[in-house]
Amino acid sequence: MQRTPLGIAALLLISGHARADWEVNLTRGITEISREVYDLHMIIFWICVAIGVVVFGVMLWSVIYHRKSRGAKAHNFHENVLVEITWTLIPFVILIAMAVPATATLIKMYDNTEAELDIQVTGYQWKWRYQYLGQDVDFFSSLATPREQINNTSEKGEHYLLEVDNPLVIPAGKKVRFLLTANDVIHSWWVPDLAVKKDAIPGFINEAWAIADVPGVYRGQCAELCGKDHGFMPIVVEVKPQAEFEAWLAEVKQADQAKAAAAEKSWSLAELMETGEEVYNKACLACHQANGEGIPGAFPGLKNSPVALGDPAAHIDIVLNGKPGTAMQAFRDQFSAVELAAVITYERNAWGNKTGDIIAPAQIAALKQ
Amino acid sequence: MNTSVAATHHHGPASGIGRWLFTTNHKDIGTLYLWFSFAMFLTGGCMALMIRAELFQPGLQLIQPEFFNQMTTMHGLIMVFGAVMPAFVGLANWMIPMMVGAPDMALPRMNNWSFWILPFAFAMMLSTLLMEGGAPNFGWTFYAPLSTTYAPPSVTYFIFAVHMMGISSIMGAINIIATILNLRAPGMTMMKLPLFVWTWLITAFLLIAVMPVLAGVVTMMLMDIHFGTSFFNAAGGGDPVLFQHVFWFFGHPEVYIMILPAFGIVSEIIPTFARKKLFGYASMVYATASIALLSFIVWVHHMFTVGLPLAGELFFMFATMLIAVPTGVKVFNWVATMFRGSMTFETPMLFALAFVVLFTIGGFSGLMLAIAPVDFQYHDTYFVVAHFHYVLVPGAVFAIMAGAYYWLPKWCGNYYNETMGKVHFWCSFIGVNITFFPMHFIGLAGMPRRIPDYALQFADFNAVASVGAFIFGFSQLIFLYNVISCIRKGKPASARVWEGSHGLEWTVASPAPYHSFSEPPQVK
Repeated sequence: MQRTPLGIAALLLISGHARADWEVNLTRGITEISREVYDLHMIIFWICVAIGVVVFGVMLWSVIYHRKSRGAKAHNFHENVLVEITWTLIPFVILIAMAVPATATLIKMYDNTEAELDIQVTGYQWKWRYQYLGQDVDFFSSLATPREQINNTSEKGEHYLLEVDNPLVIPAGKKVRFLLTANDVIHSWWVPDLAVKKDAIPGFINEAWAIADVPGVYRGQCAELCGKDHGFMPIVVEVKPQAEFEAWLAEVKQADQAKAAAAEKSWSLAELMETGEEVYNKACLACHQANGEGIPGAFPGLKNSPVALGDPAAHIDIVLNGKPGTAMQAFRDQFSAVELAAVITYERNAWGNKTGDIIAPAQIAALKQ
Repeated sequence: MNTSVAATHHHGPASGIGRWLFTTNHKDIGTLYLWFSFAMFLTGGCMALMIRAELFQPGLQLIQPEFFNQMTTMHGLIMVFGAVMPAFVGLANWMIPMMVGAPDMALPRMNNWSFWILPFAFAMMLSTLLMEGGAPNFGWTFYAPLSTTYAPPSVTYFIFAVHMMGISSIMGAINIIATILNLRAPGMTMMKLPLFVWTWLITAFLLIAVMPVLAGVVTMMLMDIHFGTSFFNAAGGGDPVLFQHVFWFFGHPEVYIMILPAFGIVSEIIPTFARKKLFGYASMVYATASIALLSFIVWVHHMFTVGLPLAGELFFMFATMLIAVPTGVKVFNWVATMFRGSMTFETPMLFALAFVVLFTIGGFSGLMLAIAPVDFQYHDTYFVVAHFHYVLVPGAVFAIMAGAYYWLPKWCGNYYNETMGKVHFWCSFIGVNITFFPMHFIGLAGMPRRIPDYALQFADFNAVASVGAFIFGFSQLIFLYNVISCIRKGKPASARVWEGSHGLEWTVASPAPYHSFSEPPQVK
């Protein structure tokens, strides 16, 4: 530390590391591609800095030394073809130098072949559905942060707004291909650590892929304005070693079977109301509100509504199949028969809606088939 | 001979409200445009402050997400169509006839119409805030199907308002082209046009080329919503990505519509205060034209993540990177104009210098955004918000302010208060940087655009940005006060106004007479 310039440089480097917590730069990520992207980003950044230093340097020099108050006399030159051609050509060369590595990386990113696992990702307002193709595993993933934290009535957790109920789980070291689409509006599936961002567009299937090297939990968000809850649509990816991934897969399949069995038993009104409220708070509350009154002009209320008080078959139909052209989506695939029966029962008996109807899970299970 | 000239000579404006309603005078219409634009700037600014106030801390505290989305949408639309574009048209109306030695615009009655459509368009657009279901909430880019199938009913009013703005812009553009091509003073060849006039001529052609595209896309939306077509509805055989292609074919040239006249203004101001001729006049003209041409073949760089074929991605990446070349030429020419000049730093020059530096920073982030594989990471994050605010606020808006200070003494015959102008500049300069610089960081760290609430690691920089936004917003009131006091009183200005001024507009008295040139001046 005796040589001052070196010392300062070292200090800057160290504080640069300390700043990692402040998050001022792109993540280097956990895939080969994401690291290439990071390097590309830094190369172009430093080229820009270098050009900036030269241009702003000349400008600052002129501002200081060629000012009238210092007695500077204006010179007369106002064109020079050689100079003008030079500073047209040099940027060309710099751009070519940038384009070469960018093209190489882009070509790699587009190689969607030879995937070892295909996962279809579907964007919904405002949740993600993950289907492991050929594996019979299919689940929805939505925000797990409690509303109290968002409304500032309780303390915010460490992963505020970046946590979900069912994370996407992928094996480490395997090429995973994502097939992206959407059910209603355009969403965009973005996980910075995988360097994957692709739009999920209704009517289209987009492709992206990643080979995650490091097991861990990685977080991202929807990156396309998709309506009211655009800010509340996180993505959590858990990368597990192959053996753990397989164990997880088996566990999920078992849980699905247990859910199917639960639909066969008979449920009381109280039991359904309890489960129903949980499901309502998770899936319906954002639009129809906690008091069941909805948002006038945007989302209809359920309290005293003709749907919740009228024919149960029509009510079941709208919850299962949605209402095309509105934000009311089909919940058929998202929840188990028990959960669907419970939430419909809840809506017919909460907030003073006293129909006394019990919707049997077995009835819904039959409809789902 | 003399008597006939005197008989046809109109001596001054009508009095009362009729002067402003029925005026066909380019100066009155320019003034109307500028005041309208400033009113919209404050309106859109208040919306921005509401956004920044909500984002000051994580959690929802002031406004709900529905209203947040309405604010982001209206802020964008108002700033683009209500503040920046009309301000440039106002400056064009005031200055182009004076700069080319014409008595007025070529089509004065149409000029009156193109202005008066605007207040109605914006009244209609703002009235959607009071409608059931709320104002448009789908972002200023209004991607289908969010803006068609899932939009509030007020979207129909929004479409009609956009149509009216488009009509106004096209009429304004036709007028500007007709004026520049037909009413130039004898001897003023095209390559003697002041650069502000050149940039506006090119901008006007851009406007005529792309505003019908915008009109087309909103009409297609209208058909989808009300007449059962499926242009953008995949379930009916339509294509949601088609919307984006059509929108950005308008939208990309549109961003140059919002910056080319700024290049013109700065190219007038820097030579004046450097007391040197503009370096590379001809290459400035060619660069402007190249930027305008390139702007038509790069629209897809707004859509790198929609899932394009590789060849498309590469083509649009290379084309986009090319824009750096003519833009670089312009920046180098401005710096070369300052080099070995004799500079002074009055308020217009301060704004112009800040323009060069901060616009260049916005250009650098633009170059970074052009690199497709990295753009996947930047796309739709705050990095993009930082980028386009750097080119539009200290870019377009600073250039407009520089132009306003530069020509204000010519318009009203009085000097503004220089100290107050400098205070305004420094508050704006500091405020802008505190607001938008941290957005680069939160964008790179992973904060998406248009979210009303964010994860905890973005909290510090968001708080800083919000403080900056309030500094920038409130310092505009200094500008308002300065302009009003300059109009009412102030040191009388000479015809030449600035020591280094050049061009025809400085040969007429200050304030400029109601009809600037009744005899066309000779340009040698």
